[in-house]
Amino acid sequence: MESLYLLIPISLVFIVFAVRIFFWAVNSGQYDDLDSEGERILFDDDPPENQIKNTDEHITKRKTKSKTVSKNKSEGKKEQP
Amino acid sequence: MIEAVAERCYHCGLGVPSGANYSLMIGDQLRPMCCPGCAAVAATIVGSGLGSFYKFRSAPNVLVNQGENSTKNPYLDWDIPEIQNEFITRQDQGQQSIRLFIDNITCAACTWLIEKHLAKLNGVEEINVNGTTLRAEVVWDPQRLNLSEILNAISQIGYTASPINDSSDIPDIKDQSRKLLLRLGVAGLAMMQTGMVSIALYAGSFQGMEQEWQTLLRLVTVLFVTPVVFYSAQPFFSNAWRSLKMLHLVMDVPVALAIALAYIASLYATFQGGGEVYFDSITMFTFFLLLGCFAEQRIRHKNLLLLNRGHLLPPVITQIFPSQLYLSQRAKSARSENNAWDENSARGEKSVWGEKSACGEKTVPIKTLKIGDFIRVNAGQTIPCDGLIVSGDSQVSEALLTGESRPLPKQAGATVYAGTINGANPLEVEVAAIGEGTKLSTILKLAERAAMHKPRWAGLADRMAGWFIGALLIIAAAVAWYWSQQDPDRALWITLSILVVTCPCALSLATPTALSVASGRLRAQGFLINRAHVLEVLPTIGRVIFDKTGTLTEGNLNLLHIALARSQSSISERQILDWAATLEQGSEHPIARALLQADVEKGVGKDIAGQTVARKVEQQQFVTGCGVTGRINDDRFAFGNPQWITAASRVLGDVEIDVSAQEKSTVDADPVDNRGIEVGLARNGELITKLYFGDQLRDSASLAVNHLRDRGLNVSLLSGDPSPAAAEIVRPLALNDCHFSLQPEQKLNRVQQLQQQGQPVLMVGDGINDVPVLQAADVSVAMGQASELSQINADVILLSNDLTVLPDAIAVAAKTRRIIKQNICWAIGYNLIALPLAAMGYVPPWAAAIGMSASSLIVLLNALRISPRESR
Repeated sequence: MESLYLLIPISLVFIVFAVRIFFWAVNSGQYDDLDSEGERILFDDDPPENQIKNTDEHITKRKTKSKTVSKNKSEGKKEQP
Repeated sequence: MIEAVAERCYHCGLGVPSGANYSLMIGDQLRPMCCPGCAAVAATIVGSGLGSFYKFRSAPNVLVNQGENSTKNPYLDWDIPEIQNEFITRQDQGQQSIRLFIDNITCAACTWLIEKHLAKLNGVEEINVNGTTLRAEVVWDPQRLNLSEILNAISQIGYTASPINDSSDIPDIKDQSRKLLLRLGVAGLAMMQTGMVSIALYAGSFQGMEQEWQTLLRLVTVLFVTPVVFYSAQPFFSNAWRSLKMLHLVMDVPVALAIALAYIASLYATFQGGGEVYFDSITMFTFFLLLGCFAEQRIRHKNLLLLNRGHLLPPVITQIFPSQLYLSQRAKSARSENNAWDENSARGEKSVWGEKSACGEKTVPIKTLKIGDFIRVNAGQTIPCDGLIVSGDSQVSEALLTGESRPLPKQAGATVYAGTINGANPLEVEVAAIGEGTKLSTILKLAERAAMHKPRWAGLADRMAGWFIGALLIIAAAVAWYWSQQDPDRALWITLSILVVTCPCALSLATPTALSVASGRLRAQGFLINRAHVLEVLPTIGRVIFDKTGTLTEGNLNLLHIALARSQSSISERQILDWAATLEQGSEHPIARALLQADVEKGVGKDIAGQTVARKVEQQQFVTGCGVTGRINDDRFAFGNPQWITAASRVLGDVEIDVSAQEKSTVDADPVDNRGIEVGLARNGELITKLYFGDQLRDSASLAVNHLRDRGLNVSLLSGDPSPAAAEIVRPLALNDCHFSLQPEQKLNRVQQLQQQGQPVLMVGDGINDVPVLQAADVSVAMGQASELSQINADVILLSNDLTVLPDAIAVAAKTRRIIKQNICWAIGYNLIALPLAAMGYVPPWAAAIGMSASSLIVLLNALRISPRESR
C-alpha cells in the first residue's frame, strides 16, 4: 500500500498537465465554435471523380491555394490573444 | 423513384411550384429547383467544384431571394473608404480584415462551403467562419480585391453577409463563454478524480480502513476540491453575496451556503479526523450547476449574436454640394425642364444637376449630415432625416412611421420624415432635423415612458428561493438543537448532512434547464427570445394585438387582380403581365417591383426551358406621377394612372371594363379604391385592362389567428392606417375588434387600458409607430423585417416572419411551464423524503451523493422532453 505515496503524486502531475492543456486549448480559441468544428473533418477536400470538370492544372492550383489558406488560418489562431 | 419524392427543391427543401422548371444536374442526377434564385445558387456551388456540399450538409438551405437575378453588385457602396473604416482593421502587409455576420447558416457544411468558396477568390488571404457565432473573419488584400466582391461572392452561394462592428459585446461574449467553459472543465476533471478516490473511501467505510490511508485519501481529495470551490464555484459565491447585499434572495444563496458549509465541515473532518467528508458531493454539485449555467449561457449568447446582425447596406446617403449657381439655376429651371429631369431621374441613374452645374456629389456616412445639407434619396432608400423636398416628385411610404400602407405622393416643398421610404423617383432633400430633433425621436421618448410602466415579472425560481432558504435554516436549526440534546458528538455531522442532502441542486436546475431547452427549440423556428420573462408570461396572455401593415400583411404592393376589358378577353394574363413588365423595365417604382414579383411567381417571361426571354422596349418614356409609355413590337403601349391614360390616348367612352370584378370601375373614379391602387394598360390608344395593386395578408395570418382563437385568446388589431382599404384587407380574419387611424399615443393608451383590466397583452408589430406599444405590452414580438428600433424594443423577434409560430410558441411556453412545475415538485419531493432521513442520521455521504446526482439528472432529462424537434 505504500506505493500510493508514489502513485498518487504521479496522477496529480497528470491532472495538472491535463488542466494546463485544457486551459491552453480554450484560451487559444479551439472551443469557440462548438457547432461546426466537430464535423469539419468529415468534409472531404477532394471532389469525387464525376464532379471534376476543371483541368488538372486548375485543380492543383486550387489545392495549393486552399493549403496556404489553412496554413494562414492556423497561424491566425495563434496570433489571437 | 427519386423524381417522385423530389417534388421538393433540392437546395432549400421547399415545395416546387407546378410549372416551374429550373432543374439542374448535380452529381449525375437531375435535381428539381423551386425558383431561379435557388437554381442560380446551386449552379454557382456546383460550378465551382463544391457540389459535394449537398452530400455533407445535414439541413436544407434557406430559400434564396426569388427572382433576384440582377447582374449588378448590390454591395458597391461598401467600397467607399469612409464607410469601410469603421469596420476594417489594417494589418502589417497592407492586408485588411473585417468581421461579417453571415445569415442563413443551417449546418456545419455551410461553414465549409463558405470558406472553400471564398478561398478561391484571388486576394482572399484568410477566411474563418464560426458556426456558433455566425461570424466570419476575412483577411484580404485590398490591392487585388474589393470588399463588395467578397460580399457578392457570399451572396452568390445563397448566404447574406453584412459587415459588423461588434467590438463592444462580442469580446465580452467570447470571454464569458471561455471563462465558464474553463470553470466547467476544472469542475469536471476534479469531479472525476474526487469520485475515483471517494469510491476507495466508501469501500473503506464498508470494509474498514486504516486511519493512515483514510487521511491520505481525504487529503488528496482536498487538493482536487479546493480549486473547484475557489475557482469553479466562484460565480455562485459572488452572486449570492451581491443578492444578500441587495437584500433580495436568489437561488444562488442556498447553493453557496451548501457548498461553503460542506467544504468547511469536510476540511474540519479531514484535519481533525473522524466525521464525514462530502467532497465528492461538492464537486458533482458544482459540475451539474455549471453545466446548467453553460447551456443557459449558450442559448442566451446565440440569441444575442443573432440579434446583432450588422448592416446589410451601409448607412450612407448621397450628399450634394450645391453652389449658389446651382440654387438659382434650380429655381429657374424647375418648371421649364421638369420633363427632361424626370426622364433621367426616373431610372435612378443620375441627376441632370450633377453634369450641369459646378456642384459635386458624394456618398457620405449618414451620421456626418448636418442641418441645412442637401441630400439625394434614391428610389427604395430610407430617408435618414426629417427634411424639406427641394426638387423631385415621388411617392413616399410612411408605413413604418404611421402604419399607413399606401404610399403618399410628395412634391417639392413637402416635408419628409426620417425612417420613411422613398418609393418612386429620386428626391433632393434639405436636411431640417437630425437625431434628437426628428419626429422619430419623439416616438422614442414615448417608448421610454411606456417602458417604465411595463409590468414586472419576477422569476419563479427566485421567488421560491426566499421561502426555501427560510424553511431550510429553520429545520436545520431545529435538528441541530434536538441532536445537541440527544447526542452532542453527532449533532454537527447530522446537521451538515441535512444541508448537503437538501442542497437545492435539482431545484435550481429545474427552471433554467427547461427555459433553455424551450428557447432553443423556439429559436429553431425563428422565434428569437430576447428577454427572460417571455416564456413565463406567454401562457398567461389573454389578448393578442396585431399591427396591420407589415405584420398581418406583407407591407408591400402586390398584384391583386387583373380586370380585362370585355372586348379584349382573348388576351391571356401572362401576356398582360409580360407587356407591363417590359414597359416598366429599369424602373424602381413599387409597382414595377410588384410586377417583377408577380412575373416570377407565374413564370412569365420564361421560355419552356426556364430561360429568361429578352424583353425589348423602344421609345420608353417615364412620366412622373402618371406612368410610362413605349413601343413593343410596333404596338404603342401606355401603362399607368387610368386618368392619364385616357387623357393621353384621347380615347374616351369606347372602353368598357369587365364588370365581373366586384365593383364597376369608372375612369374618373379615385385611383385608390378598396382593392388598392388601380393601373391601366392601353395598346394603340385603347384601354385594354386594369391591374390592381395593394397590400396583401400574409399567408400565415389567417391560420395563426385561427389557432390563437382556438386557444381561447382574444385577437385584436390596432392600426395606424387611415385608408378605407385597411378594414377591407383584414376582414377575412374576423378579428375580435379592430381600430384604425391610431396615433402611437392612442395605441399605447389602448394597450395600457387592457392591462389595467387585468388582461396580459401580447403585442405583435413592426413599425416605428409600434415601438411604444411594444415597450408597454407584457410580451412584445417584432417581425423579422421590422425596423431596427422596434426589434431592439421588443421581447421577441420573429425572424422567420411566420405568424403561425406564435400559437406554437404559446403552446411550447405552456408545456415549459408544466415541465418546470413537474421539476420543482420532483425536487421538493426528493428533499421532503431525504430530509427526515438525514435528520434521523440515516444518510451517509455516499447516499447523499447518489441521491443528489440522480435527482439532478432526472430534472435535466425531464427538461429535454420539451424539444421533440431538433434545434440547431
